[in-house]
Amino acid sequence: MATNTELDKILEALDATTALPGLQAIIDRICSVFAIDHAMYHWVDSAGDHYYFGTYSPEWTQLYQEKNYTRIDPVVTGCYQRFHPVDWRRLDWSPKPVREFFKDAMEHGVGNQGYSIPIRGPNGQFALFSVSHHSDGAHWDKFTEQHSRDLILIGHFLNRKALEFEPDRAPEKAQPLSPRELDALTLLGIGYSRAQVAQTLSISEHTLRVYIESARFKLGALNTTHAIARAVSCGMVII
Amino acid sequence: MLRYIYADDLKAHAKLAHAMFVDRADQFQTRLGWDVQVDDNGEERDQYDALNPLYVIWEMPDGSHGGSMRFLPTTGPVMVNDVFPELTSGNPISSPLIWECTRFCLSREASGSVAGALTLAGLEIMRNLAIPHFAGVFDRRMVRIYRSLGFSPEIISSMGTGRDRISLGLWEYNVQAYHRVAQRAEVSPQLSQRWFDLSFGSTVSPLSLRRAG
Repeated sequence: MATNTELDKILEALDATTALPGLQAIIDRICSVFAIDHAMYHWVDSAGDHYYFGTYSPEWTQLYQEKNYTRIDPVVTGCYQRFHPVDWRRLDWSPKPVREFFKDAMEHGVGNQGYSIPIRGPNGQFALFSVSHHSDGAHWDKFTEQHSRDLILIGHFLNRKALEFEPDRAPEKAQPLSPRELDALTLLGIGYSRAQVAQTLSISEHTLRVYIESARFKLGALNTTHAIARAVSCGMVII
Repeated sequence: MLRYIYADDLKAHAKLAHAMFVDRADQFQTRLGWDVQVDDNGEERDQYDALNPLYVIWEMPDGSHGGSMRFLPTTGPVMVNDVFPELTSGNPISSPLIWECTRFCLSREASGSVAGALTLAGLEIMRNLAIPHFAGVFDRRMVRIYRSLGFSPEIISSMGTGRDRISLGLWEYNVQAYHRVAQRAEVSPQLSQRWFDLSFGSTVSPLSLRRAG
């Protein structure tokens, strides 16, 4: 089961990744931490170029390319240009070519269950982060209920990292923490409760929640504790 | 019934989509007097309609538009960050777990329960798609309406005074609100889930069965 500490370690490793092939190691760790059979990250840019990191067998990856399965795979067609997470059971597996694709995928070890996060990046960039597992519906219901939010965030953090490695990428505006976000994390970091932070900054706890949520995403963190640790280690917050 | 349709699928519902954009012109330009763009076909559209948003539409029994709203994730361009920076004190809201809801619109012909059904659809999205928060900007008259529908936002900030006062709100999912809104909208959770599944597919029938079918 994925604990916060293990997830934090994955994000630290992701942060320390300095080259594209390093994403493969992150994908492998995601599988072990979530106790799932497969994970993959698939990038499509506006020029139509693809690349992929994942745990599927080389045979399946090769066959997928040879048979041009992106045209048939309902995960790709059902997620492209979308922004909501997709449980594979919701997709249409009924057309004959799709059923044959599914059979082929099963024979090559792809899980019968899956969950995919479509990600819209800048300038028409699109990515898909998916996890897949062999299990029954009841287990998958529980898994998605427990982990979907973490998976959504991890997918976006992976994509943000992948964008850093784009060779001709126009430099993104860095997203520094705003003064309010810095204040909030600093006070939380020195042990103030949320109520005390809100009172000190003369804002409501609701407003504070928005600052924390937004700082957390900017910092690539899954929870507040991790966000504070990240801000401290980057020197943004001094405690 | 409720339909959940991405912009690039609206072509399959051309009549419904046209009616939605015309009703938006009627509500936002004619009735509220907002400075919005209305084209030669009488349709109100803005730049966010070009970003393939997700629409939730109440389709009336005769196939016409009863009401609608529009969602985009705050990780991309959204109105609250682009148009109302004062409301976020210059801190853009950005998270894949916060979607922005805009263009909440009701047709003149809509019955009283349409607003409630649309609110229920928002909760159905949160419940099924693991989206804990929505953000939205609204004017003062909406505060009472949200309360009566059974799902009020937390007000993050406000600006302006009197009739011109607008606020940024944050809605957070909770299961009590889901049941309360369903009851007030007089739509059963089962029926609401069924409408959701008709648009997004169902998680209920296992792959193995579907493979055989």
